[in-house]
Amino acid sequence: MGALDYLEDLDRSVFDSANQQDYAVRAQKGLSEALIRKISATKNEPEWMLEHRLKSLKQFNEMALPTWGVDLSVLNFDDIIYYAAPDEMKGYATKWEDVPDDIKKTFERLGIPEAERKVLAGTGAQYDSVNAYHKLKEEWESKGVIFEDMDQALKKFPDLVKQYFMKCVPFSDHKFAALHGAVWSGGTFLYVPKGVKVTAPLQAYFRMNAQSMGQFEHTLIIVEDGADAHYIEGCSAPKYGSTSLHAGCVEVYVKPNAKFRYSSVENWSQDTYNLNTKRAIVDADAIMEWVGGNLGSGVTMLYPCSILRGRGARADHLGVAFANKGQIQDTGAKVIHVGPNTTSTVLAKGISKGGGVSVYRGLLQINKGAKGAKSNVRCDALILDGDSRNDTYPEMKIYEDDVSIGHEASVGKISDEQLFYLRSRGLSEDEALAMIVNGFIDPIVRALPLEYAVEMNRLIEMEMEGAIG
Amino acid sequence: MTESLLTIRGLKVRVEETEILHGIDLDIKSGEIHAIMGPNGSGKSTLSSALMGHPKYEITEGTVLFRGENLLEMIPEKRAALGLFLSFQYPKEIPGVNLVSFMRASYNAVRKAQAEVRNETCEPVTLFAFKKMMMDKMSLVGMPASFMERATNEGFSGGEKKKCEILQMAVLEPILAILDETDSGLDIDALKDICHAILEVRKPEQAILMITHYQRILDYIAPDHVHVMMNGKIVMSGGSDLARTIESEGYDYVREKVGITKESGFKMITS
Repeated sequence: MGALDYLEDLDRSVFDSANQQDYAVRAQKGLSEALIRKISATKNEPEWMLEHRLKSLKQFNEMALPTWGVDLSVLNFDDIIYYAAPDEMKGYATKWEDVPDDIKKTFERLGIPEAERKVLAGTGAQYDSVNAYHKLKEEWESKGVIFEDMDQALKKFPDLVKQYFMKCVPFSDHKFAALHGAVWSGGTFLYVPKGVKVTAPLQAYFRMNAQSMGQFEHTLIIVEDGADAHYIEGCSAPKYGSTSLHAGCVEVYVKPNAKFRYSSVENWSQDTYNLNTKRAIVDADAIMEWVGGNLGSGVTMLYPCSILRGRGARADHLGVAFANKGQIQDTGAKVIHVGPNTTSTVLAKGISKGGGVSVYRGLLQINKGAKGAKSNVRCDALILDGDSRNDTYPEMKIYEDDVSIGHEASVGKISDEQLFYLRSRGLSEDEALAMIVNGFIDPIVRALPLEYAVEMNRLIEMEMEGAIG
Repeated sequence: MTESLLTIRGLKVRVEETEILHGIDLDIKSGEIHAIMGPNGSGKSTLSSALMGHPKYEITEGTVLFRGENLLEMIPEKRAALGLFLSFQYPKEIPGVNLVSFMRASYNAVRKAQAEVRNETCEPVTLFAFKKMMMDKMSLVGMPASFMERATNEGFSGGEKKKCEILQMAVLEPILAILDETDSGLDIDALKDICHAILEVRKPEQAILMITHYQRILDYIAPDHVHVMMNGKIVMSGGSDLARTIESEGYDYVREKVGITKESGFKMITS
């Protein structure tokens, strides 16, 4: 297990503790046109982007909150900081030595540089609104792969960005997409040229440090014909006792015959509202895979979406959500079959404990003309005690006859007999529970790279500590 | 005369509101093989679960000393660390947890607890070293190595589950192993096979308490002592010949001998 030693010392406090930080640009709380102009000017953006931001802001102000899911009316938009750039950061570093000490320490505690050296093709590390570090290994750069901080990508590849930016997730989509369009900052731009297969994962880590912060990173990924890549994101934030907001946006374009996997382990602090939008457009015979673990966050509303546009396109959605005390994990998957012979599978696992609420909310839509479409949706819930809850809302809209659909759902509890069996073999009650939960989510964790799988299992173990008094 | 390994005195056990065991006395010494026989519903499995510390079983009276310590005060995992093992009549499935991970976690937990008692620390055994050891144990009990990567007990046949229990006994090397109806649900070939595995695994100093309905397992594993349990009490004890008598004459022989009628349950106790 030598390669994983850096994970040994991980505990909740590593994620929850904040870093003292001075901020060069720290916008006031609240949202205004002046702020939007200031963000755009600070970044020296082209005119079209400023216009896009202002249109988005207008849309945000006009749009109502969603009338379904978690009640978001308690969210005070005037009490959020929408942009903060740490003092010493004037553009990102490409060597860890050049990252400001404080910030470097945070990422070191989280094990990022270590992981990069060992397994990754490229790494980005965002701190509040801007990237502190971004580096793609030489090997991939020479093959034309672009792995950039999103702000920089807008400067270096303006046409490419303009062609794709918020075309997959338009700002008019919903209130938080509009907010994102107005205040987005940082994030990742990944471009994989035709036929290039990036064999090691690319990773970005997002850290919210400032109190009452909002993080709105934009991730734009284009995987050209026949190319192949795997991108992983990790997320965390310290715990302050005041509300933080994460409204990122991920847009993925998977071109014909390409294959792309997007893995994420989101572990924001429990102060955070995680209202993230992730969507992919999948072309003919291309494959899109979503692998997601949602822990942390007070409220999560996240439903990665695949639009299967081309004939024979495929999407696999694997997701785990863990709702502990005081948390609502409202997650799921959306798949829209447009092209013929498209296939999709959804496997969602929800765990609730200590009064936590996990919700599976899914949409399966098969459009007229998507002949021969196949879909299989399975959602399993594990409820660890009598106070906790799981709800399932699987919506289906089927407009084509020639389709094959499977849907299964199960709700399980851990039996006393199972616990006793493990305890009779020397495991403590917490260890036994963690083992059962880790077994439950194994089909999903299995799809993560080893380091992330180990981290997921360790996070589960942490959540299970003191599970039953 | 060696000291008693397990001493049970006047043990009464209740499940929910019903008393199942009405006062059990039993002494097991190191290296001995005991068999508890009895008809269905006599309380045999209640005894094994209560000894291992199942929270559902409430001890209302009596004492149990294991290696001189008060077993009844210990949580199940502590009993395991002290060298007690229970081979389950119905082993539980643990979906998504492969056998080698489960066994390694168990082995490390038991060793760590044992080291703590001695005020020592103990490094967890590496996956590589553990796999090697487990491979040896698997060949000892005659279990294909491929089971290591399978989810624990999931999709195992009845015989495979029982064999997996014996494998766990081989790995954990307990001081006293309780085998709860290891023979139930097995055909004669599977029974022979599992008995062979038990004998391969068993160390001479290990004590075994076999719980069984039928005598046939005792043809392969000869007990030093046989006890008959009926209606929550041990009503008769003897040597291995007692098992054979029961096999030929049935439990009615015991009932008649100790004065129990089938219909009314207990009438009186004789020793």
